[in-house]
Amino acid sequence: MKYDMLLLRFGEFTLKGKNRRRFEKSIKSHVKSKLTAYPGATIIEEYGRMYVGLGGHDYLAVIEDLRKIFGLVSISPVKVTASELNEIVETSLAFMKEMQPAPGTTFKVNARRVWKGFEHSSHEMNHLVGSPLLRTFQELKVDVRKPDIELKIEIRETGTYLFFESFSAVGGFPRGTNGKAMMLLSGGIDSPVAAWSSMKRGLELELVHFFSFPFTSQKAKDKVIDLARVLAGYSGEIKLHLVPFTEVQTSFTQLGQDNLIITLMRRSMLRIATMLAEREGALAIVSGDSLGQVASQTLGSMNVIGRATDLPLLRPLVMMDKMEIVKIAEEIGTYDLSILPYEDCCTLFVPKSPATNPNLRIVEKLEASIGNLSELLEQAVANTETITLGDGKELESSAIEEDWL
Amino acid sequence: MLYFDYAASTPPYPDVITTVSEVMNRHYANASSIHGYGENAEKLLNKSREVCAKTLGVKASEVIFTSGATESNNMAIKGVALRYHSRGKHMITTKTEHASVYESFRFLERMGYDITYLPVDSKGRVRVEDVLHAVRKDTILVSLMHVNNETGAIHPVIEIGRELKKQHPKVIFHVDGVQAFGKIKVELAHSGIDLYSISAHKIRGPKGAGLLYVRSGLELAPLLTGGSQEGGVRAGTENIPLIAGMTKAVRLAEENRSELYARLIPLRDRLMEEILRYPEWELNSSPEGAPHIVHFSYPGMKAEVILHTLEQLGVVVSTQSACSSKYTEPSRVLLAMGKSEEAARSGIRISLGDVHTEEHIDQLIHALREMKKRLVNFEGWNR
Repeated sequence: MKYDMLLLRFGEFTLKGKNRRRFEKSIKSHVKSKLTAYPGATIIEEYGRMYVGLGGHDYLAVIEDLRKIFGLVSISPVKVTASELNEIVETSLAFMKEMQPAPGTTFKVNARRVWKGFEHSSHEMNHLVGSPLLRTFQELKVDVRKPDIELKIEIRETGTYLFFESFSAVGGFPRGTNGKAMMLLSGGIDSPVAAWSSMKRGLELELVHFFSFPFTSQKAKDKVIDLARVLAGYSGEIKLHLVPFTEVQTSFTQLGQDNLIITLMRRSMLRIATMLAEREGALAIVSGDSLGQVASQTLGSMNVIGRATDLPLLRPLVMMDKMEIVKIAEEIGTYDLSILPYEDCCTLFVPKSPATNPNLRIVEKLEASIGNLSELLEQAVANTETITLGDGKELESSAIEEDWL
Repeated sequence: MLYFDYAASTPPYPDVITTVSEVMNRHYANASSIHGYGENAEKLLNKSREVCAKTLGVKASEVIFTSGATESNNMAIKGVALRYHSRGKHMITTKTEHASVYESFRFLERMGYDITYLPVDSKGRVRVEDVLHAVRKDTILVSLMHVNNETGAIHPVIEIGRELKKQHPKVIFHVDGVQAFGKIKVELAHSGIDLYSISAHKIRGPKGAGLLYVRSGLELAPLLTGGSQEGGVRAGTENIPLIAGMTKAVRLAEENRSELYARLIPLRDRLMEEILRYPEWELNSSPEGAPHIVHFSYPGMKAEVILHTLEQLGVVVSTQSACSSKYTEPSRVLLAMGKSEEAARSGIRISLGDVHTEEHIDQLIHALREMKKRLVNFEGWNR
């Protein structure tokens, strides 16, 4: 089928009154960045709608790219013709011919006269288009309730749009329209999925990763940078804060309370993330916790760990099964990176039997016993390296020169 | 001096030489080392693999770096033989393969494998139905060259790949693509081809580097063991400078391929016309063959005499393929095409590259005429 345009449908935010312009603007810029791969493709805006002129590109390829844009619920490929009865009928016939309906296929015409200057009403148009179709294609039968093919015709002053199929898109809120949060990104499977799910709800994220050189390798860090790059494919530019965590982490190994190390570590991570959030103007912290998955994700642990921050702690995956999480990871392209076998700081110094129900008072006491803990946390924040990753601006490994290969 | 031996080897692109020397200078660390220098070397290796894979339209994990086409061919043939011998010990090839393929099969024959060497037609091509008829229950491998290195004949590998996978999906298909890559279109994904050999120095890359495409899911027994490099199929520290240089050459060759093809065909056709003017000469290449090779015989004249005469006239060509030209045996390829032994002893290969122009061909044609004049009185004396 040869199409001229795509019709993009927006999701729930169309109900949001005053914010609507802002939301549409965000989607437009997202669409625009995806379309850079298709020279000649254009964006056409109309009230409450957005169209993409295909400029000769394969509609399936463009849809495959655009359907990942947050805030879009569906996409229909559209044929365009002049707003003139003969043209509309001719195009409809051509349309149906390409579809080669099998005998017994049911259909209906659903015309909408948006431009009231057009000489025939919507109702008349259903007949004026439907009859020649029925005459030409003997195999068609009319069914107005549940037709196999519903040919939609939108008559506007500038042109008439014909379409019948629609492809679902990812939905959610347009990127970055619901405020900013700090995302704790490990190298595992869960946190990239949690990040993507948050972005889907319109959150702008900055990513925080903790590394413990020399206990963790450069490879573990590179893996997280690569993951962040994949996420940047959805969000556009994204900031990644790389926090040196060695000093903080090793300060807990001397306490003789090995089973609480993970609890202590997670609390410190939250404190550091909170400081970064305050510095960067983020209003929440997002983590990839999933209830019951590991010791630090029991309800008892979540309680004790969560108290280390005053900010809302968002856990998009908290009620999801591992299988569901893995499925999303595969779909969004982070899974293969996540399973690379490099140790990160969360897998270091893991005790034989980590506490699943830590005692808040004991934990606080232990923290107080490390005299310079808050100093160590501040140092970690001060020594944090921030890199920006994003569409086309990726930091190639500086050691490789582009023109070598 | 005009160099017309591009099928034997090519001058590296200046950019390739820069890449090799800069990488040699800066990335001397072992890519398997875990320190930062090693990691940078590994990154360059991975990047090279990605670029090669993208150029070939395959996955990065399907590209194995080798020391060149001889190793790629040995790895493919012996690797399949040793890995899948429990499935069967029968393998199929043709009589006109390059020595690195042919000798690998001779070796396996001595090890107790059963090899079918298929004939070719007068144009040097194997027939699709001959390949399919030769397949038996215990056949594990079919190995063919894409373009013949002596005559430029093109085997119908795409058709064979398709039919083979349809009728005998378990038979593995190796194609030696050394003379084809960069000259004619190669689409590996969904081609039925499981293994494809490429050499860097035939496409203006460095000598000592090559690659083997290994379709994912296919296992090869390693010829070199000792480390886990190249997915465990080829142990040994990776030669990063040469691999990077090859990657550059692979990319440039593919980018320039269709333009090169269009430019070479008229030059090649002029040469063929010239050779056909001499009734006593035999043209062994056909217009359906590769764009860069013209092969002819001058029966009654020893090939090396022709070669030396042309060299005196300022033109470098070759006899047979470089890999077997030191021997005075008649060409195995020409004999298989049904040529006389006399013709098979007097073969001359002219092979073209991207530097050649109309004027070069003028000069070459002039040299051929002069050569004929000088040698005409010695015809028949010199067998």
